Amino acid sequence: MKLKTFFPLAVFALIALALGIGLYLNPRIIPSALIGKPAPTFALPAVKGRTAGFSTADLKGGEPVLVNVFASWCVPCRVEHPLLMDLAKKGVTIFGLNQRDAQGGEWLDEFGDPYKRTGDDRNGRTSIDWGVYGVPETFIITGDGHIACKHIGPVMPNDIRDKLLPALADLKAKGTTDKCSAS
Amino acid sequence: MTAELGHFALILALMVAAVQFVVPMWGAQRNDATLIALAPPAALAQCVLVALSFACLTTAYVESDFSLLNVVQNSHSAKPLIYKISGVWGNHEGSLLLWTLILAVFGAAVATFGGNLPKALRARVLSVQAFIGIGFLLFMLLTSNPFERIVPAPADGQGLNPLLQDPGLAFHPPMLYLGYVGFSMAFSFAIAALIEGRVDPAWARWVRPWTLAAWCFLTAGIALGSWWAYYELGWGGWWFWDPVENASFMPWLAGTALLHSAIVVEKRDALKAWTILLAILTFSLSLLGTFIVRSGVLNSVHSFASDPARGIFILAFLVIVVGGSLALFAIRAPALKAGGLFQPISREGGLVLNNLLLATSCGAVLLGTLYPLFLDALTGDKVSVGPPYFNAVFIPLMTPLLIAVGIGPLLAWKRGDLQAVAQRMRVAFGISVAGALLGWWLNDFGPLLPVLGLAIGLWVAVGVIVELAERIGLFRVSARDTLFRAIHLPRAAWGMTLAHLGVAIVILGITVSATWQVEKQQVMKPGESIDVGPYRYTFVGAGPARGPNYTALRGEFRVTRGGEPVTTLFPATRRFTQPAQETTEAAIRTSLYADLYAVIGQPEANGGFATRLYFKPLVTWIWFGALVMVLGGLMSLSDRRHRVGAPKKSAVPRPKAGEVKAA
Repeated sequence: MKLKTFFPLAVFALIALALGIGLYLNPRIIPSALIGKPAPTFALPAVKGRTAGFSTADLKGGEPVLVNVFASWCVPCRVEHPLLMDLAKKGVTIFGLNQRDAQGGEWLDEFGDPYKRTGDDRNGRTSIDWGVYGVPETFIITGDGHIACKHIGPVMPNDIRDKLLPALADLKAKGTTDKCSAS
Repeated sequence: MTAELGHFALILALMVAAVQFVVPMWGAQRNDATLIALAPPAALAQCVLVALSFACLTTAYVESDFSLLNVVQNSHSAKPLIYKISGVWGNHEGSLLLWTLILAVFGAAVATFGGNLPKALRARVLSVQAFIGIGFLLFMLLTSNPFERIVPAPADGQGLNPLLQDPGLAFHPPMLYLGYVGFSMAFSFAIAALIEGRVDPAWARWVRPWTLAAWCFLTAGIALGSWWAYYELGWGGWWFWDPVENASFMPWLAGTALLHSAIVVEKRDALKAWTILLAILTFSLSLLGTFIVRSGVLNSVHSFASDPARGIFILAFLVIVVGGSLALFAIRAPALKAGGLFQPISREGGLVLNNLLLATSCGAVLLGTLYPLFLDALTGDKVSVGPPYFNAVFIPLMTPLLIAVGIGPLLAWKRGDLQAVAQRMRVAFGISVAGALLGWWLNDFGPLLPVLGLAIGLWVAVGVIVELAERIGLFRVSARDTLFRAIHLPRAAWGMTLAHLGVAIVILGITVSATWQVEKQQVMKPGESIDVGPYRYTFVGAGPARGPNYTALRGEFRVTRGGEPVTTLFPATRRFTQPAQETTEAAIRTSLYADLYAVIGQPEANGGFATRLYFKPLVTWIWFGALVMVLGGLMSLSDRRHRVGAPKKSAVPRPKAGEVKAA
């Protein structure tokens, strides 16, 4: 009996295990190395069809804000998108970082644009500087441009309720927050 | 009453399938002719019962029987008849019933037309088929019964997703399923061969037509799906590397590899264990595809069923079928005797390279599709792996594969002469380099990727023609002889020529449409004009319109070229009420040269409308090429060798060990 003929079986066992775990998964929170550090330096042109580009200076406006990394090819982005639209309507300032995407403009035209400013990160360099390794991710930024929290994956209604809004309120009131690990 | 009849037929089918699984397999092991002989009638009975069940569900849809939950959720009395019928499989339960029906029909086909198969082999094949059938029937009866009643019955249904009310999509799932399920035949043959411990050219000759037919359907199904995405989603894109698309693309890649490796088994009696493994993998990927789409494990725009109980069932089934068959492979494959030897530079070598590259790209797609899931399982991060990954891994793998497509068919079996081939391919090389440079110049010496695409597309196309010219002795013998040879060329050879030509057409279509596409998006007021590529679009105006079950905003564009009128386009945005949803109806004027594509959006405050206008040269070639590939497959399928089938199949007499005593 040759061992190598067992190889496909072993690979399948791994896949089946992952699929099995996948059926029971809930997203968890992973801290980012950049938490508490100033946001990286960058300046990006606006996404197609928009005029307001996005750079480091925009994050130092005194108010806490959200930075959302999105792409038209990203399916979870489409899931969180209506919630971002609601947030924007409620007066939360959201900046959009459009990662490696030529169709970001069409996407926003079609589904609505929740962003105050957008950055077209066509080659993904800025995203790398931000420590983004998947889309979507959402950062909460303090009024003086420091990264307070990082949320990985789509923003869901309970995230907004338990994490984003309380953290933004905290930051506005006292400049720090301990709500990042909520939900 | 009809619904109960359908439900009852499903239960009976399950019982028949259980008998069909156990008895013939047992009989084949014990060489008992009576038990073996039970397989064909059982397969026919199962087919009749599942067909009856399917007919019952279809009747309920056509009659709009809203006492059935499934009909309520997926149909509406105001829907056109064709979409009532396509609604049968436009949902989770119904699509499973269609899957099972196709499986049963294929089983019945083996029972009816498989008379030239050794009876024990046929019994084992049908037994394995029945096992797959049991899985699907149980799945339906336990978790997804299409015949569930609802009390009290509502007055009307909840409609069908309007995005899915479309001829392209109506026939997309049946095509895909014909492909997926078709590969179950190759799988069943592979399992039967592993149990018998024997794979020979005759075996490959039986497997090939099934694989070929499944491949044709799958190719057509994928092309239809991509065409639908192109004209219905209104983005002008045609492939998104969405998990659901990948789910159908992976079996296609593996199936394409299987198609080619089975040739080596048939002609040269080599690559046996690998071919068996490919047959198992291809069908496993088909099952995985069903799993991914049906369980909602991977989030996707397409998935319309999401239920953990179902997911657990499919996963358990997957583990039994795929795990079981791979375990069988692990134990039995070493016993398969290695066949003919060959040099690396030979037709076999080329086909091995084809297999390696196709299998690797299939693995890469699998990794990209499952990576978000793995990452989630390990770290809890949710991410989307998009086109950046797939394009980055796919192009480097496809490039050598397509170069080999040009060379492979010219190589001789066993030992090829690369130098002689290089000699013959000089023309192809010259033309592809010239074409690529011309393209580069036309594109103002822009990016190099399109240059590569052009070179490779032309290389394959000219390579195919060179090979054909070689075979029919074009310009070497008299025109009459050439014609004679062309007519008497085996259809399988024509099939290969067409299929490879189809690949070249697809590559050229992808390259040219991606490179020279012009896209304009803006707000336009009535009367305004804009130039898109060589065409001028004039926006005449937009107004409301009505359809049978929707209202719409319809725009009108006059398109001219050099002042000459070309066409008038009427893009629309449809608003459905059942359920409330909007769809974009792009207006497209198709020609082999270019597609003119217009989309209209919502009115703006200043009286203008958001519009998107495209000029997409050669984009139709993508689907036309797929069609040519399918035609090639069908041509090859019609080859006399496949129709005549068994008797002359092998020079080597089959060993008598597995044969039946009194067959």
